[in-house]
Amino acid sequence: MSETIVEHQESEAGTTRRMTLNMGPQHPSTHGVLRVVLELDGEFIQKARPEIGYLHTGIEKQCEALNWQQIITLTDRVDYLANLSNNLCYSLAVEKLLGLEIPPKAQWMRVLLAELTRIGSHLVWLGTHALDMGAMTMFFLTFREREELMKLFEMISGQRLMTSYIRIGGLALDPPRGWEKLVRAFLADFPSKIDEYETLLNNNPIWLRRTKGIGVISVESMLDVGITGPVIRAAGIPLDARKMTPYSSYEKFDFAVPTSTDNDVYARYAVRVAEMRESLKIVQQAMDGMPEGPTRADAHRLVLPEREKMKTQMEALIYHFKIVTEGIAVPEGEVFQVVESPRGELGYYVVSDGTAKPLRVHMRTPSFGNLQGLPRLIENRQIADAIAVMGSLDFVLGDCDR
Amino acid sequence: MDFILLSILKTAIAAPVLLGTLAYLVWIERKVLAHVQLRIGPSRVGPHGLLQPIADAIKLLTKEDFIPSYVNKFYYWLAPWLALMFAVTAISVIPIGPVVEVFGIKTNMGQADISIGLLLILGLTGMGVYGIALAGWSSNNKYSLLGGLRSSAQMIAYELPMAMAIVSPLLIVNTLNLREIVNAQAGYTFGILPNWNVLGGGLQIFSFIIYLICAFAETNRIPFDLPEAENELVSGYNTEYSSMKFAAFFMAEYCNIITACSVATTLFLGGWHPIIPNELGGQFIPTLVCVFFAGVLFYHALNPSRPSDRLSMGAIGAVILGLGLMFQVPGVKDLAQPLFWFASKAGFLIFFFIWVRGTVPRFRYDQLMRFAWLFLFPAALLNLLVTAFIVALKSN
Repeated sequence: MSETIVEHQESEAGTTRRMTLNMGPQHPSTHGVLRVVLELDGEFIQKARPEIGYLHTGIEKQCEALNWQQIITLTDRVDYLANLSNNLCYSLAVEKLLGLEIPPKAQWMRVLLAELTRIGSHLVWLGTHALDMGAMTMFFLTFREREELMKLFEMISGQRLMTSYIRIGGLALDPPRGWEKLVRAFLADFPSKIDEYETLLNNNPIWLRRTKGIGVISVESMLDVGITGPVIRAAGIPLDARKMTPYSSYEKFDFAVPTSTDNDVYARYAVRVAEMRESLKIVQQAMDGMPEGPTRADAHRLVLPEREKMKTQMEALIYHFKIVTEGIAVPEGEVFQVVESPRGELGYYVVSDGTAKPLRVHMRTPSFGNLQGLPRLIENRQIADAIAVMGSLDFVLGDCDR
Repeated sequence: MDFILLSILKTAIAAPVLLGTLAYLVWIERKVLAHVQLRIGPSRVGPHGLLQPIADAIKLLTKEDFIPSYVNKFYYWLAPWLALMFAVTAISVIPIGPVVEVFGIKTNMGQADISIGLLLILGLTGMGVYGIALAGWSSNNKYSLLGGLRSSAQMIAYELPMAMAIVSPLLIVNTLNLREIVNAQAGYTFGILPNWNVLGGGLQIFSFIIYLICAFAETNRIPFDLPEAENELVSGYNTEYSSMKFAAFFMAEYCNIITACSVATTLFLGGWHPIIPNELGGQFIPTLVCVFFAGVLFYHALNPSRPSDRLSMGAIGAVILGLGLMFQVPGVKDLAQPLFWFASKAGFLIFFFIWVRGTVPRFRYDQLMRFAWLFLFPAALLNLLVTAFIVALKSN
């Protein structure tokens, strides 16, 4: 904290007093460790300068030192609220390089898991966003449902957050017995819970006043800085990688891309809530149409053999040993794979030089792009609006800094 | 008995009771809020967390009293105690019962009985803003400063409609003495509808609602908790405070809630007068309520969800049952029944405060101001004019 409260700045009129306020990196509403340097005139923000890097983990660089399949665990930690989307994107990129065919059941499972991740991520977003605006109870309501999702993830992968469940060539394991029943129970239960959230917020005059008409940014600006995901969909652009560049059999699912034209904080809220309902539809379709078959590609040099085979067949044991110790060789080349993460367009750019380790892994993360719009969104608005806008952008600092 | 001696005696009883109420109000708030939010709240310190307030007090007392080097020491010291002093003093004029005779001494229930009681409360709660503003300014922290600024503006803005809302019932009862205000609300229309200002007394329902909204703003509660909006200003004006100084702010805040709810009870809800005439069985309601709660607790003691419930629920149930029977003991009755009515009315309002906290989001600063000046103020003014018109018509 500086010595004086008000730092005098000579303005053109010579009378305005501006205060520089350091919001973050430790602040309840910056969702991690974002630092925003605000120049305030009273309650109004004259200038905002976001500073990232406080959660820099060096994951991109670390990827270059690890085997192809070890990187999966790092991708979990990029966007820790949408770990399966990151698993999926990386796996798809490497599979593209390898030219691997993924069995349909694995593809269906991946879609199902990606959508459950989307619901989970949106639940965290809704809870914290409402909490930022003072609606404390929402946080506990959404975390009640998220807990069910966490149980589902724990059941399939043994981990609640860092699942690492989607692997190169398929899935880590078959889902355990009884898992399907729990997913169906969640599906049956969840729509009424969304209704519960909406009764608390949709007609609440204070909520409407705090969100309607706040945080409007032109579509051109959005495209300039690379804003994607629900934020740009709330501006009326149906930009969704699941529809535009379908991956993992998304083209076989019937779902809508919710959009709105209001382009404000409320529209982003509405779009995300609608997305949760659409995700439920996709999960339902995936559950109903789940094909039979293996969950791992039939490529013995690339994919770990089943435990059973490893114990009974010599070749399987040898391949297991070689994959674990040497890693897999990925053909030379570069590839860019995009998936629609809960936050927006998530891209993995992977370069291989033909060895067991990648030459470069770069993530095009939605949080980074979305955060770029922050100054344009909050300048000339009040501090309270800045909190609302930051919540509506739904960034994850781990995703931003990598 | 000597007036001074009696005052000291009353203070000696009232002060610990007030402080205990403050401490347990925090417990109640945490419990109620927890159950609103699907949690169970304090449950570790003592049965059902009942010793939590004591643990909190010990923690706050023994914590290091950290004073940042950049603060203005004098005002930094002064602010919390100023806030607490005004908050506690304001309670002293609130009458919690009629004139009673205890051990042969006739006295009124309540600390002071002065002719300008209501004005004194308005003045003291108005002064309370100095504590917050000074804290925000002297902390030399930008978040604190913003919190202090918001608070000052908010309190001034909401004091006007609040005063207007208070004036309307005053026109009807025609006195500023709180005891006389309550006495004016005695009796029942058609023998059943209480003559409270909010009901039969003068249909002051709009004044009541306006007063309640302003009370939320005056006590810095959600949806008007901008001075300490923790998601915007970290903790607002008390960001730099620790230890007992923080506790003083905390107590001042809860004290203000009690004051606001007590004033609402006194002005609009008929103070200590029962909701049903005593002739129609109003005097048995306190006992019935206690018996009901005791029954619920005994049920839980017999069907415990935790092994410890068998003992704790039963014990608390027995205490409440005893309390209920006490309301019928001839000597204690005159003292206990008004207390029950006053406490239950004020308690319901406090519960309402907590309930709202668990439900609604927070206003934005300018929306709050607009709401005060463009809606509440004209509404209060209109309400006052209509009331004055009616009173004038009646008196002619």
